[in-house]
Amino acid sequence: MLEIDWFLAVSAVMFTIGIIGVLIRRNAIVIFMCVELMLNAVNLSLVSFASYHGNIDGQILVFFALAVAAAEAVVGLAIIIAIYRNNLSVDVSKINLLRW
Amino acid sequence: MDYLGDIQAFLPGVITALAGLIVIVIESLKKDSSATFWVTVLSLVAALFFSIQSLGTGLDTAFSGMLVHGGAVAFGNVIIVVATLFCVFISEDYLKGINHYYGETYALILFATTGMMCLAGSNDLITLFIGLETMSICLYVMAGLIKDEKSGAEAALKYFLLGAFSTGFLLYGMALIYGATGTTNISAIGAAASTDLLFLAGAALLLVGFLFKVSAVPFHMWTPDVYQGTPTTLTAYFATASKAATFVALIMVLSRALPVMEGLNWQMVFSVIAILTMVFGNIIALVQDNLKRMLAYSSIAHAGYALVGLAAGTPEGYSAVLFYMFAYTIMNIGAFGVIAYYERNKGMDFSEVQNLAGLGFKKPVMGIALSIFLFSLAGIPPLVGFAGKYYVFAAAINAEMVTLAVIGVLASAASVYYYLRVMVYLYFREEHKPVELFNPTLLYKGTIIILAILTLYYGIEPILPASGLMELLNSYGNLGAVTNVLIP
Amino acid sequence: MESATALLSLIIALPLAGFLINGIIGLFVESFRTKKQLIGIIANTAVFIPFVIAVYFFMNMNAGSEAVVFKLFTWIEAGSFSVDIAYRIDQLSIMMTLVVTGVGFLIHLYSMGYMADDEGYWKFFAYLNLFIFAMLNLVLGNNLLLLFLGWEGVGVCSYLLIGFWYTDMAKSDAAKKAFIYNRVGDFAFLIAMFMVFQTVGSLNFDAILGNLEAFSEEYIVAIGLLMFVGATGKSAQIPLFVWLPDAMAGPTPVSALIHAATMVTSGIYLISRMSPMYVLSPEVMLVVAVIGALTAIVAATIAITQNDIKSVLAYSTVSQLGYMFLALGAGGFTAAMFHVVTHAFFKACLFLGSGSVIHTMHHVEHELEHEGKDVHFDPQDMRNMGGLRKYMPSTYKTFLISTIAIAGIPPLAGFFSKDEVLAMAANAGAGEFGSYMYMALWGVGIITAFLTAFYMFRLTLTTFHGEFKLGKRFKEAIGAEKYLHESPATMTIPLWTLAGAATVGGFLGVPNFIVETFTHEEAHVNLLHNWLHHVTADVELTLSHAVEWGLMATSIVIAVLGVVVAFRMYNNNQQQESDAAIAKRFGGLYDLWKDKYNLDEVYEGLIVRPIVRVSDKVLAVFDMKVVDGFVNATAGTVKLFGSLFRYVQTGVVSSYALAFVIGVIVILYLMVM
Repeated sequence: MLEIDWFLAVSAVMFTIGIIGVLIRRNAIVIFMCVELMLNAVNLSLVSFASYHGNIDGQILVFFALAVAAAEAVVGLAIIIAIYRNNLSVDVSKINLLRW
Repeated sequence: MDYLGDIQAFLPGVITALAGLIVIVIESLKKDSSATFWVTVLSLVAALFFSIQSLGTGLDTAFSGMLVHGGAVAFGNVIIVVATLFCVFISEDYLKGINHYYGETYALILFATTGMMCLAGSNDLITLFIGLETMSICLYVMAGLIKDEKSGAEAALKYFLLGAFSTGFLLYGMALIYGATGTTNISAIGAAASTDLLFLAGAALLLVGFLFKVSAVPFHMWTPDVYQGTPTTLTAYFATASKAATFVALIMVLSRALPVMEGLNWQMVFSVIAILTMVFGNIIALVQDNLKRMLAYSSIAHAGYALVGLAAGTPEGYSAVLFYMFAYTIMNIGAFGVIAYYERNKGMDFSEVQNLAGLGFKKPVMGIALSIFLFSLAGIPPLVGFAGKYYVFAAAINAEMVTLAVIGVLASAASVYYYLRVMVYLYFREEHKPVELFNPTLLYKGTIIILAILTLYYGIEPILPASGLMELLNSYGNLGAVTNVLIP
Repeated sequence: MESATALLSLIIALPLAGFLINGIIGLFVESFRTKKQLIGIIANTAVFIPFVIAVYFFMNMNAGSEAVVFKLFTWIEAGSFSVDIAYRIDQLSIMMTLVVTGVGFLIHLYSMGYMADDEGYWKFFAYLNLFIFAMLNLVLGNNLLLLFLGWEGVGVCSYLLIGFWYTDMAKSDAAKKAFIYNRVGDFAFLIAMFMVFQTVGSLNFDAILGNLEAFSEEYIVAIGLLMFVGATGKSAQIPLFVWLPDAMAGPTPVSALIHAATMVTSGIYLISRMSPMYVLSPEVMLVVAVIGALTAIVAATIAITQNDIKSVLAYSTVSQLGYMFLALGAGGFTAAMFHVVTHAFFKACLFLGSGSVIHTMHHVEHELEHEGKDVHFDPQDMRNMGGLRKYMPSTYKTFLISTIAIAGIPPLAGFFSKDEVLAMAANAGAGEFGSYMYMALWGVGIITAFLTAFYMFRLTLTTFHGEFKLGKRFKEAIGAEKYLHESPATMTIPLWTLAGAATVGGFLGVPNFIVETFTHEEAHVNLLHNWLHHVTADVELTLSHAVEWGLMATSIVIAVLGVVVAFRMYNNNQQQESDAAIAKRFGGLYDLWKDKYNLDEVYEGLIVRPIVRVSDKVLAVFDMKVVDGFVNATAGTVKLFGSLFRYVQTGVVSSYALAFVIGVIVILYLMVM
């Protein structure tokens, strides 16, 4: 069996990729996908820990995380559509009416 | 399993959740009817009744140790429901006035309130996560209520993207803590707390998630934009109820999951963040001309004062923060409420402070109420804001954090400037052109008056010999001491 | 004890009640605002009854009475720390209470006549009552926090009353100025309070002054200096005095009550209250004395050049306050309090007298307009006046009495108090610490005494003697004398009362040596000294009788000299010529005085404008620029990854996220390290 460290490392790398994506991408949908990537990286950590500890608390949390991510996707995509209707663009660098 | 007992323990949340469903049903039968408003008000009154009833009971668990109730949680529920109720009162008129009255807004408010109570009463990382997300997702939608305007949609987008981003960190923190301790139960985490890297990193990321929600610097960047773009009465809801719920949850987590021990340096974190938050919140508020942005930065600064109480890490500090949240809630809803009133008048953009010139005497009740709220926010005695700040800073001094308290006092002294600036325009400047202010509805006016009276009353009450509220909070005693009892 | 507590609560509660009644009813009931008699009676009663009660307390006390503390309730309780709403009646506080309510009542009475035509009558009296309430908290409070509350309260009231005619931009600017300069002092006071609390764990006066050995030497110096900075703000001393002359923009009774008789003396009260602590540090005492003496002479020289009647009185007030600080610094706390009392009498009388004059001049302007003549002149400019004694006998006589009193001519009040101040300075000059400095300060005091007599008589002679000059300056105003008239009785009764007090007030503090010289045995005729010596930590007066006689003779000669010079220069309508002569004699120095030492400009350039610039320019764009700056700076780093990530571009949400990530790194660092 693989050691847990490998799973955690993959998870950490995925999480970091997600962060960097959020920081450098400017398409709102892509940013949102990067956030999803972060959440799934965490899910990977959670199931690894659950397996390591031999209890299911972590897996339960994963289920809820998936459900929440789905709900967030619904709301998020709706908001992005509203943004698109107003601005005809989903480029976050151009969405800066509210500032200073 | 004692289902009835469990439901009873979480009764206020159950009531609001059911009411939310009823509102959806009514809304699907008849669009935008006023029945939704009354169902909401009734359910909130019932929730308030049951929350008040459980005041003064000891902390206990329910739902197999997933939730706690009583104690500080009961008080947190009271703040949350009171905030929601007042916001609903002023929203009714306001949302109709700006032609964005939708029945489902109430459903969202009720669900968010349920989430907040779940968050405040969570005894497990899972319920903590569910509560926080239930609250947040509803808030994202409410931020975008004026979706056909650029600013509304933009506020929602920013709130959503950054909120989801912070959720990632929060969840990662939970995963690391779970990895380090093997449990998701908050009390059990406290018992298994260690200083190994995994646990420390997990705790740090968990705190990041919380600090984002209370808009502490440098996680505050979304706050002014979202507050400005959201309908003002809902902004009041964001700024008070959600913040109060998060602070109560923070208190419960800090006091039970993160024991004060060598090498577990969360007090240091809170000191640093509190200083940053107080300083930057106040400094940037100084130069704001838009009232809503000004109040947004002011609410950032107020989160900083409350963080001072948390940094103290003592039961006294936690009690002070609870009182502070109560104080902050009533005075802030009041301030937002009056500004929402001025803003709706035609003829000029009344969310700019210059345009308030000379309006103070026109509608004396609104002018005086705003003065009371702003004086209270500035921390001028004998208003509730002073009492709140006083308890928080006193707790920090007693915990030997004198520097922190001094910086807090200086920062809050600086804040007097921008609050008074509004008053100067209201009362000491000539109006630019004659404008007629409309008459607010009785409900609206009454809500503002009641809030002003509460601001005054609870400012004087701590002065009185038998100070009920603070004694109640102190009687919760050592929140940390119940840890051992609660491990299932 | 029970009934005494009830009476004491009345002292505090009545002015508050007066404020609430007039304020709340006036705000909501429009018809109430025109019932001026009723409003005036409410406000006057709310101050008069406390005065009567204060007299009652005073009658039941003697010099040996222990301080009585009336605890109404516990205000704040947090752990071991508690602050009570408790008031303290002792010799010092009852004296201040008598002055505040007594002079305060007379000024209330006067205002009924003075403000009779004002629309904001109700508001004015509500504010005045509120001021009295705050001031009583300041002088009667038994702990520093309550004192501070009153301290802030009088500041707010002063702000409201200066800006009373808020439609006038200059006046609301003056109000803002007063507020800002006071805040500078308040910060210092607040920090001092923290240090006191940190050391003794309490803010009660008994606890502080009974535990002085608990303070380290550095703390004594630091607390003394910080409290003094607080006092310089409130009591208008160098470097924070520039707000007081501007504050004269408010209605004249306000100038008399707040900016001459009561509020501005609260700094002196504070230092007298804390005197046992101050005497422990001679260095701080010397600083206080130097600042006081400098303020006295600086303000006196400016006063010579002013033509606005209230402006002369304003600088005169600053100068007299400087005297009081000189006394404090020389260890003469009683002398300072003595000067506070006598100054309250004659300066209130002078201000009210000037108000009476301004009132009449306004009337003249009004009547001329009625005639259809469009004449606009400054009703406060003394160059437009002259010869008023014929038309306003009561105002003239009371004004003259007070002028003689402030000039220091025996046996009026100002003579005794000023003499005691100077004697204390000379006494300190004979002491061990900084004796040369104190002797020099005594010299400064003597020069100031000459200047005081001179500029006060310049004012009185130009205003009341000679002939009415308005007609000379404005052709249309020839014959306007017929509109000059004496003010109504509600205004002259307070004038006469105060003039009477200014005449006999000095006998409160007749120096002991006068009697001792003749009886050759120890005498205790200095009533005020006997009264206060339990409370304040006065330095012993050790000068020999011969020296004291010499000092007294010097100050009499100097004062008389000042009066004589003023008479020769200003008695016969020669104001302009004489001013020109002085200007020629002193050349550049005179211009410096006239420009008020350019302090306003210096402050404006050094402090106010940079602050505004920083806050406007730098901070306004902080969120944007700094964050974008961060982003740009990081952009350099990120470019390294450019080959990996082709689209390196940061929008606004991205910059927020970047700040977020930086925060995460900071928190991780703090937790893990």
